[in-house]
Amino acid sequence: MLTKEETHNGIFTMGHTACSGCAQSMSVKLIMEVLGKNTIAATSTGCLEVFSTRYPESSWRIPWIHSLFENSAAVASGIEAALKITGKKDGITVLGQGGDGGTADIGIQALSGMFERNQDILYICYDNGAYMNTGYQRSGLTPLNAYTTTSPSGKESFGNSRPKKYMPEIAMAHRIPYTAVASAGYPLDLQKKVKKAKSIKGAKYLQVDVPCVPGWKYEPRYSVKLAKLAVQTGLYPLFEAEYDKIISVKKISRKVPVEEYLKLQGRFKHLFKDEAGKAEIEKIQNIADENIARYALI
Amino acid sequence: MRQVLEGSMAVSDGVRMVEPHVISAYPITPQTHIVEHLSKMVADGNLKSEFIMVESEHSAASVVLGASACGVRTYTATASQGLIYMEEVIYNIAGMRLPVVLTVANRALSAPINIWNDMQDAMAIRDTGAIMLVAENNQEAYDMHIQAFKIAENPDVMLPVVVNVDGFVLTHTFEIVETIDSIEKVREYLPPLDMKYKLDVDNPYSFGTLGEPSVYMESRYNLYNAMNLSKKVIVEAAREFKNMFGKFHGALIDTYKMDDANTVIIAMGSVIGTIKDAVDELRESGKKIGVLKIRSFRPFPEDEIVSALRNVENIIVMEKAVSPGKGGILSVEIRDTLYKNKMASINVNGYILGLGGRDITPKNIYDLVVRAEREENVDGKFIGLRRLE
Ligand SMILES: Cc1ncc(C[n+]2csc(CCOP(=O)(O)OP(=O)(O)O)c2C)c(N)n1
Ligand SMILES: [Mg+2]
Repeated sequence: MLTKEETHNGIFTMGHTACSGCAQSMSVKLIMEVLGKNTIAATSTGCLEVFSTRYPESSWRIPWIHSLFENSAAVASGIEAALKITGKKDGITVLGQGGDGGTADIGIQALSGMFERNQDILYICYDNGAYMNTGYQRSGLTPLNAYTTTSPSGKESFGNSRPKKYMPEIAMAHRIPYTAVASAGYPLDLQKKVKKAKSIKGAKYLQVDVPCVPGWKYEPRYSVKLAKLAVQTGLYPLFEAEYDKIISVKKISRKVPVEEYLKLQGRFKHLFKDEAGKAEIEKIQNIADENIARYALI
Repeated sequence: MRQVLEGSMAVSDGVRMVEPHVISAYPITPQTHIVEHLSKMVADGNLKSEFIMVESEHSAASVVLGASACGVRTYTATASQGLIYMEEVIYNIAGMRLPVVLTVANRALSAPINIWNDMQDAMAIRDTGAIMLVAENNQEAYDMHIQAFKIAENPDVMLPVVVNVDGFVLTHTFEIVETIDSIEKVREYLPPLDMKYKLDVDNPYSFGTLGEPSVYMESRYNLYNAMNLSKKVIVEAAREFKNMFGKFHGALIDTYKMDDANTVIIAMGSVIGTIKDAVDELRESGKKIGVLKIRSFRPFPEDEIVSALRNVENIIVMEKAVSPGKGGILSVEIRDTLYKNKMASINVNGYILGLGGRDITPKNIYDLVVRAEREENVDGKFIGLRRLE
């Protein structure tokens, strides 16, 4: 899909300090291969900012700015406005990016404002399902029953008490021209979606499932496997939407029971202890089944 | 041209003259008229700016931050709750050394919610690293905005400048303002912004990177030095403005009837006008009294204050802000300045007045001066309370 030069464009380059097996850094590299050098990025506080720009080093060979945790969509809005008024917008992609916390929790207001103004910005949410940078605390995108340091399991708790919020549908509710969900487990699908987003004028939202080794507590070699399992179970539906209409879904080739996905991760370990845990796994299976029906994944 | 202008109109017209590329704002009383005027100018094609109407002050400040990092001229305005909501971003703008100009239509802070004037909002952002100027009247508000961009964009400074304009007392009041006819002359005074470091695909830099303990302190030290250096730049900006446009309202400070004064009132903002009226009357009754106006609160003009107060015996600080648990804020800084300069024998009485729009009349000031003659080393005393006292 990409030329050799594109694949080795070195825009997101080596030397950063992400954990081994970090699916977020893998995805960023894949995304930057598509976006290329005519990109200006505004990045929220979070793992990505911390592991890629320890002064005086930076892994970014494009103009890049980090301001705060909750404002990358607004900072990107200012960049877009500045390029527009000075006649430099053509051919430049303005990229806003943040983690699931920076996007769906504290930054959702600024993001909603940017969507509503339909500014010509691609916003990417790297969803690792918790506030990983600060030590694995829960976010609005933490899945049901996941252990985090602020939703611990215990005598009175199975972990996070609520399911993930449907952030892509919140984006679609703004009737922006393009919303997509991708996964670090499917690099070509991810790059295809980035390419499409790049070609569309207006606000774009892309959410990428990026497994996190220390946060999800699994062996580094399983990052891609887990990302694939999240899709194949139905827990992380991949789709594209234009305005409020879903235009494509990634079909599940072989439906996998959620246990297969859960059992590889320490954050769900407490569900495998007794009968009560089994019932909780059943609830997670229901979420997967509902997704499969809702998005017609099979 | 001489015109009768509402303060908000004077501010927005001053901003129009510097042709900002990107403006972003969120409405809050008493700033609203400023952004309404600017929106209309853009809608009518009289101002070629990208005006981004955002969903919050936090985003307004973030939008101008992002735009400013691209090397273009930017402006925003707010007040009160909006300002403290923005505060996180203002620290960030200053830390990234971006020359954003921000008007604050000074207003009280909640609770209780109160839309009227005082300076508690400005005091809450005192240490953000933004330069803080205070306008006395609509003419100065107009002129100060043009100067503000010149100060902010000076390569030795590169800091945000906050222009404080008293809410309602100035923003909603009509006064005669002499506006500048020639935009070319303003362009000559304020050349196009030319930033050395900016977001540019042809010359990529990373902004806002992680500053570990090994580098953070140097970064703050540079900011601290830039703030000190800005004193000279503020003085030059005022002087050059006087040469080109004939208007002068002081540089870091301004003084009134100080030559033979043994008592001096120190204050800032629109209350200076009222104080001057009261001082005229007090002088008629034989009192040797003068006024020192703080025009730049940050950087704090210590040297200028010290030389102005050399031969003074009594100081009365009148301020529309308070630090609960301590007293006045300006009064503390004045005392510190005197102490450091071995002038601690001067008596300083610090009074809090005009909070949340409580009226301050020339008579109030006259009475306060008479009362101060009987008091020594007062700090944080509330004046004009209804029942208490
Ligand atoms: C206003 C504010 N609140 C809290 C923080 C602390 N903080 C920094 S990063 C972070 C979590 C980031 O989580 P997420 O956005 O999911 O990104 P991740 O690190 O997981 O990739 C938090 C809570 C902050 N920097 N600013
Ligand atoms: Mg996260």
